[in-house]
Formats: sequence, structure tokens, C-alpha cells
Amino acid sequence: MDPSRKRRVRLVTALTIALLLAGALVYTTFSAASPERIPSQLSTAQAGQSYKLGGTVVAGSVRRTPDSMTFQVRDPKGPAKVKVSYTGSVPDPFREGREVIVTVKRDGGEFVGQRDSLVTKCPSKFQSDTQS
Amino acid sequence: MATFGRACLILGLAVALYGIAASIHGARSGRQDWVVSGRRAVYALAGLTTAAFAVLEIAFLRSDFSFSVVATHSSTTTPLFYKMAAPWSSQEGSLLLWLFMLSIWSSLVLFLTRRRMREVAPYATAVLLGFGVFFGGLLVFMESPFDVLPIPPLEGTGLNPLLRHPSMMIHPPMLYSGYTLFAVPFAFAVGALITRRVDAEWIRSTRRFALGAWLALGIGILLGARWSYSELGWGGYWAWDPVENASLMPWLTGTAFIHSIMIQERRGMLKIWNASLVLSTGVLAILGTFLVRSGILDSIHAFGASTLGVPFVSLIAVMIAGSIALVVSRRETLRSENKLDSLLSREAVFLGNNLVLVALCAVIFFGTFFPLISEAVTGDKASVGPPWFDQYVVPLALVLVLLSGIGPLIAWRRASAAGARRNLLGPALVGVAVVVVSLALGAGSSPPTVLMFGLGAFVIAGVVQEFWRGARARRAMSDDGPLRSVVSLVRRNRRRYGGYIVHSGMALMFIGIAGSSALQHANDANLKPGQSMRSGPYDVTYVRPTSSITTTAGGRLEKVNFGSVLDVRRDGKHVTTLRPSRSFFPSTAIEDFGPVGRFFEGEATSEVGLKAGLTHDVWTAMTPDIDALKPIIDEGDKVFTKFANDPGTTPEARSQALAAILVGITENYRRSPPPTTFRVIASPLVTWLWIGAIVIVGGALIALWPTGDPARRRVRAGYAARVAQELGATSREPEPEPEPEPVRSA
Repeated sequence: MDPSRKRRVRLVTALTIALLLAGALVYTTFSAASPERIPSQLSTAQAGQSYKLGGTVVAGSVRRTPDSMTFQVRDPKGPAKVKVSYTGSVPDPFREGREVIVTVKRDGGEFVGQRDSLVTKCPSKFQSDTQS
Repeated sequence: MATFGRACLILGLAVALYGIAASIHGARSGRQDWVVSGRRAVYALAGLTTAAFAVLEIAFLRSDFSFSVVATHSSTTTPLFYKMAAPWSSQEGSLLLWLFMLSIWSSLVLFLTRRRMREVAPYATAVLLGFGVFFGGLLVFMESPFDVLPIPPLEGTGLNPLLRHPSMMIHPPMLYSGYTLFAVPFAFAVGALITRRVDAEWIRSTRRFALGAWLALGIGILLGARWSYSELGWGGYWAWDPVENASLMPWLTGTAFIHSIMIQERRGMLKIWNASLVLSTGVLAILGTFLVRSGILDSIHAFGASTLGVPFVSLIAVMIAGSIALVVSRRETLRSENKLDSLLSREAVFLGNNLVLVALCAVIFFGTFFPLISEAVTGDKASVGPPWFDQYVVPLALVLVLLSGIGPLIAWRRASAAGARRNLLGPALVGVAVVVVSLALGAGSSPPTVLMFGLGAFVIAGVVQEFWRGARARRAMSDDGPLRSVVSLVRRNRRRYGGYIVHSGMALMFIGIAGSSALQHANDANLKPGQSMRSGPYDVTYVRPTSSITTTAGGRLEKVNFGSVLDVRRDGKHVTTLRPSRSFFPSTAIEDFGPVGRFFEGEATSEVGLKAGLTHDVWTAMTPDIDALKPIIDEGDKVFTKFANDPGTTPEARSQALAAILVGITENYRRSPPPTTFRVIASPLVTWLWIGAIVIVGGALIALWPTGDPARRRVRAGYAARVAQELGATSREPEPEPEPEPVRSA
């Protein structure tokens, strides 16, 4: 085989492998991803599937027990709310009335948060405190 | 003052526009005086933005609340140190910082290359000023830091307590330095492509800037990680958050670039690749700046939706389209001067490392933007979490570390199998030994971790071997002592040995990351004084509560702190005493809460209790259940309101009463503490992450430090190489060495 042909074969092989890998990545990601939901959209949630739940922590709903906590999350603009039980780290800015995101799975009428998945959208840089 | 600052920005915008026109006209007509004038426009822009930045900084230091941005991001109770850092906590101030740094770095590179690169530099000047016009335009027309309030408030909102950490002073400026420094190689690459001067000269002229960008961005990322570890009550240092990923992506392609340019410098190969890499790094740097501000992706760094989306997306589109057009139209000039001689060569390993780094960047890009991709494809917004990232990044990182160990040990062009075996055998044995020891010590639960330990040891052993051989060769030629010979070895080829040091630091860091992420124990428990919990090998006992009130230098109340004393034991033996605490900052929404209650309704931050060690860190944080204190706080509110409403009460008496009530609450906390949730993490080897980081910075500085006249150095190095070859003094295969050996950095 002459060198230029050999190079072309190599290039095509490499590109094919890269494409196959990229295809596998895309395919597995779509099945592994957690859909983003707000409480009112969780009524059709399936058990076993994990969802990324976003919403506002309901005032007065936070209860701490010796090794876990429960709180309710409601739609940012609406009354629908769900109860979440959660273990793991709680970010500093977490408090009632704040917007949070937590990865949850359905368990009966309740949702169980994945350990350490709770994040708080903090009124951080570039946003004045008064907006919170 | 605000008018002066604004005038500086408007003038700067005009100067930048003029500079673009002058540079392009000068380049096209070949008139040097216009080119010089264009360059001076950059210096002028630097002067004007420095003045504007100084105005803003002074306004913050003087707490001049007539500046709207000062009123919303600072206060008289903000400590002085954080007043200095507060400008870049605002959108407007951080954009000004961006422009300020861009103009400084642009001035520096144009000053250093003023006698070289006569064809390329004017276009690079125009590109750099183009960025200047973009950010200047944003500052003048959309996000002015110099807006004034008609009636200045008496007190400002204050710097967000979460940002009150020493890192705030240096983490954002470092990130912006990195982003803006990457604009320099980007601009010169565009200039080189436009003028078809695609030899290695533009690379040589901007190499230090690329390396500087790499270092600054790296330090910025690491400081962010350290900040997260030591301040947030979470205990991690990386969360695959979009904003973190945004800074990592240009750093990865930048790492690929500073390796692959060596091949172009030496062999005239990979020109298309290098041009594409540096152009994408530039685009990714702007994309990073944009992601932080746009709010298009959910992030813990919620920066709030802003109006900057359209201009930024337009800029990114122009950069991408322009880059593609340039590379495609110049593809003939970008043809390789040489071909890869053998797969067993340093070039091939570099190429492999480049592919891995770019693959890493692509994976992270895909994961970061997946919510948008998924919404576009399926109509359903979905996102991927840390496990997804780990799944793809861990294998790629293992290959990367392996290649970073092989690279320095293998010859350029074509290595002989025997030579490769001789160089690789020792380090490989060390790696295998470390794997065996790790398995014996019981780390086998996580195979990738054990593998990473072995590969890290392989890299470090390889670097040690290179130093040892190099020093031995030097000692054969001179009668230096061992230490002196190492020093002179490094001094003679700082780029190469600085790079090796960076490699060993990187290996240490990966060992730290692997150990701390796979083998750590994290436990949460709700304790009362006297109770204990266990995390890994440690027993942690809540001994007693503590509390205090912090006031600023001016005697104003800044925060209330509730803390604890923890006794840490291992196998019954006392290890250390830790004092984590939680600080409560008063809420600024005064009307919503009582005067006392507002102290417990604002932001709260964790002060971590940390005992760092070479084998283990013990990390602790606490969250007291404030709700249990509510009756007392309400009582305090009632008493205070009654007292304050009495017409005879003076303001001094009022603040004394408030202080007395808060002192009462803190004393009550100590007497009958509420139940408190503790988080204890026993994290092995995490210290090596930070040690590795320091080694990396040291190595990169060695590689970066300015050297004498490059032409003279080249002659000297070529002479030395010839002499060395004639003497047969090196133990390695003789390398064709026309120039000083380039560095491998990372």
C-alpha cells in the first residue's frame, strides 16, 4: 500500500472510531439523564426514574430528624407542591423560600432525594440581595 | 467621580475603535506609522480602563453609595478587605475587570513584540481591540458601573456573606486573567492566518502568554475548588457545575495547545490542528465568560438572567464563523512540513494526549450543554449529574496520566524499542509496586483508584529518573555537587524541566483526587452535647457549644456565630480538637423580620473545622436547628420593639439594647443548645491535591520565567548540544536538537 493511501485508511478508521464513540456517548446519555421538573409536573412521575426537581422551599415545611430531613417544594409560580425526604449535605444558603434543585425518585406519594444532590440557587454574584 | 469614570470608558471605546481602523489601515497599506498608532491606542485603552477601575475601587473603599453598584454590593459593615474585592462581585464591575485585564495583557504582548511580527501584529492588535470594543460597548451602553442614584442610601446591601472568603480577592481576578490571556494567542493566530505567516513565529512570541493563561486559569480553578472545600458546608471541591465546567473547558484545550505547539515549533507539523485548538480555546474562554452571566443553564452559581445573552451569542457566532473561514481558506498554507515518522515517538504521544484532552473537553461540553441539547432534540429539558461525568472522565483521565508519564521518557521522531524499554522499565516497576502496596493496604474496592495510584507513581518515577540522569550527565561534564547539578540542569532548560515538575504535580493531584473521591467517608448526624458519631476510623464527640458576636472595626454588628467544640479520636486516642461554626448575617429585608429576628433570617455561612494531614483530612461542619431558638428570638423582638418605641430612647441606647439582647441569645445558646446536625468527612489523601497544585504552580513559574535574548540562547543551546553529542555525554539516544527542548506542561 502506498503511504498516502495508508494515511487515508488510518484517518478513516480513526474518524469511524471517534464517530462510534460519540454515538455511544449520545445514546447512553439520553437514557441516563434526569428530566427537569417542577412539582406540578411530577404527578405523572414513574417510580424508578430520577427527576431533577426544581422549585421553592415551602415556608414552615422544613423538619429535621436525627439523620434526615423533610421539606416541601412548590412551583415557583403556583400552588402545586410535593414532599421530599432528603439525607446528605445541605448547602449554606438553603432556607425556606429559597429556590432549590434536588434529584429525586418517586416513593409512593413522596419523593426521596438522592444523597448530597440538593443545591440551592443562591442569590450570588451579579444579583442583588433584594431580589431574593 | 462617576462622570469621570464613565468618560474614561466612552473615551476608551472611541480609542479602541480608532485603533482597529489604524491597525488595519497600517497593515494593508504597509504604513508603519499607522501600525504604531494602532498599538498606542492599546496602551491608551489600558490607561483609561485603569483609571476607570481605580474610580470604581475608590468608590467601594469610600462606601460612596451614590454609585448604584456600591450601594447594592457593599456596606459600611463590610470589612475593608472585602470592600476591595467587592467590585467584581457585581456584573458591571466584573466586566470592567475583564476589560481592564484584557487591555493590560494586550499592551504587554504588543510592547514585547513591537520590533517583531511586523505583519501579524497589526491584525492581532485589531482583534484584541475588537474584544476591547465589545466589552467597552457593554460597559458604556448596557451594564454601566457608573450609574448614580439620585438619593444615595445611608447604608448599602453589603457584600453577599457567601463571598466573604479570602479567595474572593484572588479567585475571580485569576480566572479573568486566564480568560483574557487566552485572547492573546487567539489574536495572534488570527493575525498569522490572515497574513498567511503560519510558521512557528507567532507561537514563539505568544508562548509565554499561552502558558501564563494556562497557569492563571488553573490557579483560578484550584482556588475555587479550595474555597468550596474549606468554606461551603459541603466538603467537596468539584461538582461538575456548569460554571466550573465553563472554566475547565478552555483550560483543557489550552493544555492540549501548549503541548502540540512544540511539535509545530520543532517539526512544522499539526498546523491546522494548532490553529483550530487555539481558536477554539479563545472561543471557549468567551463562552465561559458568557455562561457565568447568562443564566441559560441551571447552576449553583445562579447569576440571574441578564440582558447580555444576545451580544455574547453574537460575538461567539462571529468568532466561530471567522475561525472556521480562516482555517478553511488557509488550509493549503497550513500543510504539514513533515510527517509522523513513527508511532513510537514523542510526537505520537503528544498527539495521543491531545486527542484525550480534546475528548475530555468534548465530553464535558456535551454534558454541560445537555439540558439545551435534550430540549432541542426531545422537547424535554433533562440534565446529567456528577456520576455521568465521572463515568466518562475517569477512564480518559487514566489514559491522560499514562501518556503524561510516557511522553518525557520517549525520544522525538523515532524511538528505538530498546531505548524505550530502557527508559520505561524503572518507572513502570515503581508503578506496579505501588499498585501491589495499595491492594495490600485494602484500596482494592475501587480498581480505577488503584490504577490511578500506580500511574501517578509511574509519572513521578519517570520525572525523578529524568532529573537523575540529567544531573548525572551534568556532573560528568563538571565537578558540581548533586544539588548544584540539578539546579544548573533546570536553569539550562527551564521549559523542559519546569514542565516535568508540572507533570509530577499533576500526578500528585490525580492521586489526591482519586483517593479522596473513592475512599472517603461522609457522615451526617444530629447530636446533642456529649453524643458521638463515627466517620471512617474517627470517633467524633460533640463536647460543648460555643457562641460569639463579630463586630466590624467601626463597632457595628456583622454576624452572630454559633459554634461547637468537637473531640476527634481514633482507636480511643485523641487526634485533634475541631471547632466548626456557623455564622448568621442579618437579613437586609428589615421590614419583613423583627430587629432581632432579622439576624437569623439572612444568609448563613459555615466555618469548617478542618484537620489536614498527609494521609487523612478530618473535615467537620455544623448546622444548628435555629427553629428551636425561635421562641427566644421572638421574645427578644418583643422586648426590643417595646423599648425602641419609647420616645425617650436615644439611638445609642437602642443599639446597646439590641447588642444586649443578642448577647443574651448567644448565652442562651451556650446554656441550652438546640439539636445540631454535624457533617463529618474522613477524606484520605486530599492534601495531595493541594500539594500537587503548589508543585504545578512552581513548575509552571520555572518554565515561564523570562530568559535572556532568545537568539543568543538558541546559539548557546545548539552549541551545548553539539558538544554534548561529540562527548557522547548523555545516556539517551542523541536527539536532533536544533533548539532548546520545549516544555511539556501538564
